Amino acid sequence: MIREHGARAPRLILLLMTAAALVGPSAWADLPQQTPSIFAPASTPADTIFGLSVFALAVTGGIFVVVGGMLAYAIVRYRERPNDDTSEPPQIYGSVQVELAWTVIPILIVVVLFLTTARIIFAIQDAPQPKDALDVTVIGHQFWWEFRYPKLGIVTANELHVPVSTSQEPLPTFLHLLSADVDHSFWVPQLAGKTDLIPNHPNETWIEPTHTGLYYGQCAQFCGVEHAKMLLRVYVETPAQFAAWVKSQQQPAVEDPQVAAGREIFETHACANCHAIKGTGALGTFGPDLTHLASRDTIAAGAADNTPQNLFDWIKDPDSMKPGCLMPSMQLSDNNIHELVAYLETLH
Amino acid sequence: MSAIPVSPGAENWELPYRGKVAMLSLITGECAIFTIFVVGYIFYLGKDISGPTPAQVLDIPVFNTICLLSSSVTIWLSERQIERGRIRAFAALWALTLALGIEFLIGTALEWKKLIWVDGLTIRTNLFGTTFYSLVGLHATHVVIGAVGLLLVLIFTLTGHINESHTERIQTFALYWHFVDAVWVVVFTVVYIVGR
Amino acid sequence: MADQSIPIGGSLDVTPRDHERVPLLDRLHEWVVTVDHKRLGILYVLYALFFMAVAGAEALSMRIQLAVPNNHFLQPELYDQFFTMHGTTMVFLVGMPILFGIANYIVPLQIGARDMAFPRLNAFSFWLTAFGGILLYWSYIGGFGLYGMGNAPDVGWWAYAPLSTKPFSIGPTIDYWALALIVSGFGTLGTAINIIATTLSMRCKGMTLLRMPLFVWLMLVVSALTLITITPLTAAQVMLLLDRNLGAHFFDAQAGGSALLWIHFFWIFGHPEVYVLVLPVFGVASEIIPVFSRKAIFGYPAMVAASVGIAFVSLGVWAHHMFTVGMTSVSNTFFVLSTMLVGIPTGIKIFNWLATIWGGKVRFQTPMLFCVAFIFQFLIAGLTGIMLAVAPWDWQLHNSYFVIAHFHYVLVGAIVFNIFAAVYYWFPKVTGKMLSETLGKWHFWLFLIGFHLTFDTMHFVGIMGMPRSIYTYEANRGWGHLNFIISVGAFIQGIAVLIFFWNVIVSLRKGKEAGNDPWDAWTLEWATPSPPPAYNFASDPVVHSRRPLWDIKHPDDPDWKYES
Ligand code: HEA
Ligand code: HEA
Ligand code: HEC
Ligand code: CUA
Ligand SMILES: [Cu+2]
Repeated sequence: MIREHGARAPRLILLLMTAAALVGPSAWADLPQQTPSIFAPASTPADTIFGLSVFALAVTGGIFVVVGGMLAYAIVRYRERPNDDTSEPPQIYGSVQVELAWTVIPILIVVVLFLTTARIIFAIQDAPQPKDALDVTVIGHQFWWEFRYPKLGIVTANELHVPVSTSQEPLPTFLHLLSADVDHSFWVPQLAGKTDLIPNHPNETWIEPTHTGLYYGQCAQFCGVEHAKMLLRVYVETPAQFAAWVKSQQQPAVEDPQVAAGREIFETHACANCHAIKGTGALGTFGPDLTHLASRDTIAAGAADNTPQNLFDWIKDPDSMKPGCLMPSMQLSDNNIHELVAYLETLH
Repeated sequence: MSAIPVSPGAENWELPYRGKVAMLSLITGECAIFTIFVVGYIFYLGKDISGPTPAQVLDIPVFNTICLLSSSVTIWLSERQIERGRIRAFAALWALTLALGIEFLIGTALEWKKLIWVDGLTIRTNLFGTTFYSLVGLHATHVVIGAVGLLLVLIFTLTGHINESHTERIQTFALYWHFVDAVWVVVFTVVYIVGR
Repeated sequence: MADQSIPIGGSLDVTPRDHERVPLLDRLHEWVVTVDHKRLGILYVLYALFFMAVAGAEALSMRIQLAVPNNHFLQPELYDQFFTMHGTTMVFLVGMPILFGIANYIVPLQIGARDMAFPRLNAFSFWLTAFGGILLYWSYIGGFGLYGMGNAPDVGWWAYAPLSTKPFSIGPTIDYWALALIVSGFGTLGTAINIIATTLSMRCKGMTLLRMPLFVWLMLVVSALTLITITPLTAAQVMLLLDRNLGAHFFDAQAGGSALLWIHFFWIFGHPEVYVLVLPVFGVASEIIPVFSRKAIFGYPAMVAASVGIAFVSLGVWAHHMFTVGMTSVSNTFFVLSTMLVGIPTGIKIFNWLATIWGGKVRFQTPMLFCVAFIFQFLIAGLTGIMLAVAPWDWQLHNSYFVIAHFHYVLVGAIVFNIFAAVYYWFPKVTGKMLSETLGKWHFWLFLIGFHLTFDTMHFVGIMGMPRSIYTYEANRGWGHLNFIISVGAFIQGIAVLIFFWNVIVSLRKGKEAGNDPWDAWTLEWATPSPPPAYNFASDPVVHSRRPLWDIKHPDDPDWKYES
């Protein structure tokens, strides 16, 4: 039998580790952080799930402490010591009582966990839709989101606006999920669990935000090159703010004669084949509706802030901002693009 | 802890024939493949966006089915012949099995010819075409493999290389043929009876 | 009782194997045409270790890319290829071959057989697997071709249709992916059939089913499971190939085809597949833990029953990967229950290992260190699995880094740890040389630390809402620090693996001589010389209990008196 001890290794490694931890990086601490944590719920379903997860965490945590504790005890207590004799320990082949115990106890735990889970599944998934709930149809596209408010006649993209729900005035939003091409998944962690958007398989989910604010989410099913930049924002607003937003979105596109040149370029180039602008000849549906582009904070599904400079770069070469996205570069002259941007900037 | 002494059990030490174990394992795996294709077929029944539909173009291949199923009987009879060392009778029944198998393939070929040239149904026509050709084609592929095996054994027999010491191997191969027939029962039921 | 002396051969008659005189080319030729289960086993393991380095390098590149937000180390396309190839390689070209390779080497020895049931099929299976791997990686070169685009598969190892169908993945890369896996799948199928036939038909006298070492039992169960696990994937991939190349419509939404069907088919394969990977290492642990605790395995019949139970239940849980696709609440509930039920037989296994250690005299040599870490990590991994099985919570956790953390905890924390344990344990048998304990301890501790830095931290970023399969992320999400730690951990793992490779090379050249039985173990393989001769045993062994060598070493207190 061959035995050796290399106990120096662990101690040395530990030392190095501590050193590394002390000089660890702190480069991003100064940015304003907004983490879309599932443990910071701000909406009914997310909150229910959070409660369930705390319960599940407690159960599994308990199992971990007991079993892990026994393991730790066993390896310390029953390790071979230097002064042990060479005899073998007593051989034990099994024990029916003990084995029965550790079969039955887990069964009981599973039953409890299962029943709790089942109750929440039905509570969330089969929640009836109240009559005054807001309806939104969400259509996933390779790498952007289309939002349609069928009852309000609004079409927009990437930034979802919904009213806040209060206990006096519950206002859930029901989302009908469709896909125009491949599988996507709608996920705003603080508002609800995710649900997939699958071609030929309409899905539904709902949120009921209880706090106003801006919530980040993103596509959670790999859908191609730019899956990482298929970001999503939900603006939860007071009923008054929301009503104002609805009102402005229902207007046709602003017509400003000062930017007629830009509009002309838009309508006479391929732009109009892919994008719609209400009130103009542009009726395309392949790309986002641009009727109120200027009212959005970001462009291209959150790939960049909505600034004139970014719009210019985007139209000049979308690939530079979002490599692999499905909008081609139109090879327009810088001048034309400036005029286009000036026009798009007016679309409030 | 019990103190009951255990018999070593080494006296009559007999284990199953490895070839048969392997063949049964292979068949288990094949079953899973067929299950997936059958599920695909059933799942898409009636979901076509355009025609033709099974009811419009499929005829029940009665003769074909009888041939294939009776080949299971003839191969079983041939197994019994080789067990008893009657190589001639074995060869005759074996050849009959092969003939029945080939008849089945010809029948399938004629059916496909009609579907393609007369009814214009190909694998890309609609979901029915897609699932039909892949399921029936998968089965036919197995019949082809089986027929090649049958043919090889027949050649070996006719050249005098097969005797009763090969019984176990012959039986192992026959298992495969029985399996191919059994799958046809499923395919037949799903495609020509339930699906029509 | 009849004859108590167990005539175990091999050690009796050793014709010296003389390699010095054979020219290199002939030796290579010998290895290529070999049908010896031991050589094929070694080939499998070497092949798998090579791909572990490749897939590990892909993982490290991904980790560089993700170390800081908005990084530009990898192009998005390249990142997508890397995670697809990393996952596919690790599962199909590392996990499966290395486990089947170890089984190839060990199973015949443990059941006292001279070879596998079908040695030539065995060689054929290996070369099919090898060819599959080459085909997969050939896509980096061959995929370029006419279309001047694409190069490696880039749709995730689950290759969800319709993303993997022709309209969305032009070029031949997905065809490479499907063909490569079909080819290596046939190889795996061949090996599985071989192992089943070997264990059922080639056991030595006295080796009843309930006397087989647990590793053999688990390989039997795994092989049976493989038969019905790999084949659905093959079937689905054939459908995908038909869609892509002949214009069929299985997964074509335009023609009424269903994207959901692929997801079902994939996970009908994919879920049992992960048990195909984990069950062999349960077997490894069940060999190593008793030997290093100096006790018989606790509850052998329960261990066997639990293994069969796990395999059985695992066939009915696949849709726990699909809680978010919009199934009815009733199906969701069903799959929650079936998934949680797997925890019960698995728990039995953990408890039995624990009870084996309990009351023993535990020796912490490298194989045992890896095994103890395995139990601990598998416990955590299983419990995070249970959390994922809580469907509403999974609506949050699905496709987040929490899932990545869960499955690397099993795939690395359980499987890779145990693969290392197995290599340290059986290396002396295979080569006749011990692996260095000092380097082994360095390897273990560094890998342990790297592992926990990487994969513990992934749970947290997952809970903080970071999805998987993204090549970059925004700076203001608060994921930056943790991702940096994850990447550092990955590199520490890389260093540990390099130490391991170094250990193998050094020990091969000047490791200590191992002798027949360096660990004072109890199963038949340790009765042969190290390395065993081509015929394994000079005369066929006869066994009377589960631990034949214990019976020899303790004639006054043999096992067969107590086993029931
Ligand atoms: C070898 C690999 C392996 C193993 C063994 C497991 C084991 C388990 N896995 Fe895991 N899993 C994967 C590999 C594995 N998994 C992979 C690769 C994926 C992702 C694939 C992808 O998307 O790419 C995945 C994903 C995955 C999901 C889907 C997540 C998602 O995508 O949304 C789920 C959900 O239920 C899950 C659950 C489980 C469960 C319940 C077990 C159980 O078997 C665990 C059982 C063990 C225990 C429970 C611990 C021990 C038991 C006790 C101490 C007894 C007491 C316990 C209780 C009473 C509960 N796994
Ligand atoms: C057995 C399976 C297995 C193993 C062992 C690993 C090991 C590792 N995995 Fe892997 N992983 C998967 C299976 C596995 N993974 C699967 C199935 C997926 C899902 C894929 C998908 O979504 O499609 C995945 C996905 C995955 C992701 C998610 C990617 C994404 O979704 O965006 C990440 C990210 O960090 C990751 C990291 C790692 C790391 C750091 C290791 C480390 O443990 C690796 C440690 C090993 C090394 C570092 C090798 C060391 C070798 C060298 C350093 C040698 C250098 C080179 C030469 C000498 C030539 N893995
Ligand atoms: C082939 C179709 C196509 C053409 C032509 C096209 N676009 Fe686009 N456009 C898209 C797509 C697709 C997107 C969404 C890209 C993404 O987010 O991944 C998009 C996004 C945009 C956006 C950002 C929208 C938002 O809500 O974030 C702007 C602005 C835009 N395009 C302007 C134009 C202009 C101006 C032209 C003409 C010069 C043009 N597009 C031509 C397809 C097209
Ligand atoms: Cu859309 Cu990912
Ligand atoms: Cu699973």
